[in-house]
Amino acid sequence: MNWEVVIGLEIHTQLSTKSKLFSGAAVGFGAEPNTQTTLVDLGMPGALPVFNKEALRMAVMFGHAINAEIGMSSVFARKNYFYPDLPKGYQTSQMDHPIVGKGFLDVMLEDGTTSRVGITRAHLEEDAGKSLHEDFQGMTGIDLNRSSTPLLEIVSEPDIRSAKEAVAYVKMIHSIVTYLGICDGNMAEGSMRCDINLSLRPKGQQEYGTRTEIKNVNSFRFIEKAIYTEIERQADILEDGGRIIQETRLYDPEKNETRSMRSKEDANDYRYFPCPDLLPVVLTQEYVDNIKATLPELPSQKAARFQSEHALSEYDANVLSSSRAMADYFEVANGVVKDPKLAANWVMGELSKLLNQEQLDIANSPVNAQAFGELLIRIKDNTINGKTAKDVFQAMWNGEGSADAIIEAKGLKQVTDTGAIEAMIQTILDANAAQVEQYRAADEDKQKKMIGFFVGQVMKASQGKANPGLVNPILAKMLKG
Amino acid sequence: MFEQSISTLAQKLRDKDISSVELTRLFLARIAKFDPQLNSFITVSEKHALEQAAAADVLLQNGKGTSLTGIPVAHKDLFCTEGTLTTCGSKMLHNFIPPYESTVTSRIQQAGAVMLGKTNMDEFAMGSSNENSFYGAVKNPWNLDMVPGGSSGGSAAAVSAGLVVAATGTDTGGSIRQPASFCGITGLKPTYGRVSRFGMIAYASSLDQGGPMAKSAEDCAHLMQAMAGFDEKDSTSAENPADDYLASLNAPLTGLKIGLPKEYFGEGLDSKVADIIMAAVKEFEKLGATVKEISLPNLQLSIPSYYVIAPSEASSNLSRFDGVRFGHRCDDPRDLLDMYMRSRAEGFGAEVQKRIMVGTYALSEGYYDAYYLKAQKIRRLIKQDFVKALEEVDVIMGPVAPTTAFGLGSKTSDPVAMYLEDIYTLSVNLAGIPAMSIPAGFADNMPVGLQIMGNYFAEAKLLNVAHQYQQHTDWHLQTPTMVKGA
Repeated sequence: MNWEVVIGLEIHTQLSTKSKLFSGAAVGFGAEPNTQTTLVDLGMPGALPVFNKEALRMAVMFGHAINAEIGMSSVFARKNYFYPDLPKGYQTSQMDHPIVGKGFLDVMLEDGTTSRVGITRAHLEEDAGKSLHEDFQGMTGIDLNRSSTPLLEIVSEPDIRSAKEAVAYVKMIHSIVTYLGICDGNMAEGSMRCDINLSLRPKGQQEYGTRTEIKNVNSFRFIEKAIYTEIERQADILEDGGRIIQETRLYDPEKNETRSMRSKEDANDYRYFPCPDLLPVVLTQEYVDNIKATLPELPSQKAARFQSEHALSEYDANVLSSSRAMADYFEVANGVVKDPKLAANWVMGELSKLLNQEQLDIANSPVNAQAFGELLIRIKDNTINGKTAKDVFQAMWNGEGSADAIIEAKGLKQVTDTGAIEAMIQTILDANAAQVEQYRAADEDKQKKMIGFFVGQVMKASQGKANPGLVNPILAKMLKG
Repeated sequence: MFEQSISTLAQKLRDKDISSVELTRLFLARIAKFDPQLNSFITVSEKHALEQAAAADVLLQNGKGTSLTGIPVAHKDLFCTEGTLTTCGSKMLHNFIPPYESTVTSRIQQAGAVMLGKTNMDEFAMGSSNENSFYGAVKNPWNLDMVPGGSSGGSAAAVSAGLVVAATGTDTGGSIRQPASFCGITGLKPTYGRVSRFGMIAYASSLDQGGPMAKSAEDCAHLMQAMAGFDEKDSTSAENPADDYLASLNAPLTGLKIGLPKEYFGEGLDSKVADIIMAAVKEFEKLGATVKEISLPNLQLSIPSYYVIAPSEASSNLSRFDGVRFGHRCDDPRDLLDMYMRSRAEGFGAEVQKRIMVGTYALSEGYYDAYYLKAQKIRRLIKQDFVKALEEVDVIMGPVAPTTAFGLGSKTSDPVAMYLEDIYTLSVNLAGIPAMSIPAGFADNMPVGLQIMGNYFAEAKLLNVAHQYQQHTDWHLQTPTMVKGA
């Protein structure tokens, strides 16, 4: 059977507010358990929530970025269920009146095509704490540092049709929230977590098949793999004539499989109702418009500007603007060297290569964008050639100093004295009289192939320092005789 | 001394006729003498009280402080008090000592008042007779066989018996006014949002409101001066500044328009209570007020509406009592579910469990629209009734409860009869308006309260109306026989 996969995603984005959604406690990762809490986050009797206006501003920013309707009167609701790391016995979320309504994103796929993914809603809610099952000898430890941390849950329409499209969509959301500065985007620390709703239907069928929900997948790679395994699992069942059970599943990256967590029958009745401790959040048009006016440049806008302003190709512009950190790096480096193509090639080339090798984020690059730009200047002004520059860059990466200091210390400065180059060439020609004879006897096409030998000899003799831009024309001229 | 008003006591303290420590000892002695019979206190914090009194005396020596400085008060045991046991009348919190102070108690403390202890109450403020306390029923000082009303029954009994000068209470469906009526004291439920709910253990968040309980309207005004006002820690707190509640106490009532809702005088109202209310209204006419019959047509719907909304909110509010972090936890739980179920089954009393179940049911998928949403619609109708009526009149008057205090145990087996007790008080909470109960007479030797309801944030008006009545009557000055002359 030819199956069509139908995917909808719920992305939980942790907003990078200084304090929690309903309390003044600091938000941070890795603090001692239960040190970042107040009475509110601990669910103490009589404690009351106070809504963090910064989270509101961030949610409205996101709404603008996905072309969404902003909820001018949004309402917090309580989602009631018992769990030890849910101190109040309910999660304060939004149900009927979310802060962000319908919107959409145009997602660019690897093959260059674009597909539109509808966004149903995005709502504010508080996170739960954490249950720690290790180190407590059969008991469970509770850490409430994460309790009441602000989340924006972004719910897509079931518009996604492949694992690649899902990943492209999540990457785009990731890119937008980091551009807006409303989320640090650190997936390893749980700043973005994804629930995948997935079903299959025979191609051409209108109605959806029964779906499963894979909870809490927290990397781009796992999203892709989880989708592939779940598609395979569902297809196997359906092709054997079985039926999909609507249930919540977990993805195990080690075994690369999903497994059942709880079925629909076990699902809670959350008994949502408006939270009586919080007033409806009523916005003025002025407030909403002001946020729109101060919205930073978004990835798609930046890519367009890179093409128009810097004459970069669409591909280069998209790659560079895919993350705000990379775009910023490029812009700083280019500001120094003032050669967009050179800067783009080096950011996407050598820099990305070393970052990948060491699995570093660009924000943690050992060579900062200013120093990187100074290296590029030395390429541009022919102080060093590209090959030498790679060695210099590696030395900078290893912390040996600035580009100029390394060039100076290692004596890597390119030979640009034409007299010296001519002398060097003459020595090579004298030592290789036979090859010179052959060259002179050959036709033009052959000569073009043969000249590489002499260039190589010159570069070797100069230890790579001869400026290839000068070597080539001088050599050609001297070979003519 | 125990019968004196706050103003008189404040003057005596200032004049050094008596020190706060002496006054505090006097009241502590009264508690020791009478409370074994009344059971109005869950905790008496003697040491703490004497420390506060000593500190108040230092302030008074230096001519500082407010009219509450050095005055002994008590707090209903659902206001969290730092370092002092706060039980909410429940086994669930039999061991709960909050590391924080509620806004109300904090403000009263800052005004210099001395806290003698925490008063008994229906468990989690659920009840109209104070028989639902894990710490035992409170007795009515006017007749020890009678209930004091609820849920702030401990505060009402303690004030009535002169065990404290004044006390705090909370009113979700009548819990200040009805016990005030049954015990012959003055109580004010302020406008929803006027007094901060921070640190008040929630029963039904959209209805709960703290307020003063004292012998007179003037004493209540003194407490309101400290209690009322915006609190950034409570998102439902009203931002408009609190009034000066003492300033307008003496304004004349000439031209005051009183509305009498006909629905408050229909079937079910004890005729003796009705006579007393009408006599009180006559008194107001003598003071220059005019009286007009009005209608609050949706009154009957307030009981079903309230008994859906309040339990719904309660079912969620009380979820935090799960045995995980504080309060009662069952012995040797087998697993998580066992811990939840047994901790809650053991920690909560029958009435609380009943309301949690009712609320859980009302919020359940498939029932939500029929119960919770419908109840909210009724709530809007009830609010509109009041808004419309208060366009025509300044205050609305009627009985607080259909009868005087009933016998202990007489209604415990009939929850519907118990719920009907609240018919005249619930609608005020649903609408969010302020209302008072003031002593207006006696029927069969038991006190009867007159209810005065007003517009949003008209607490100063209500206190003025009540105070003027109390300037011309002495019902509020009566003392129960059991404590007379002691």
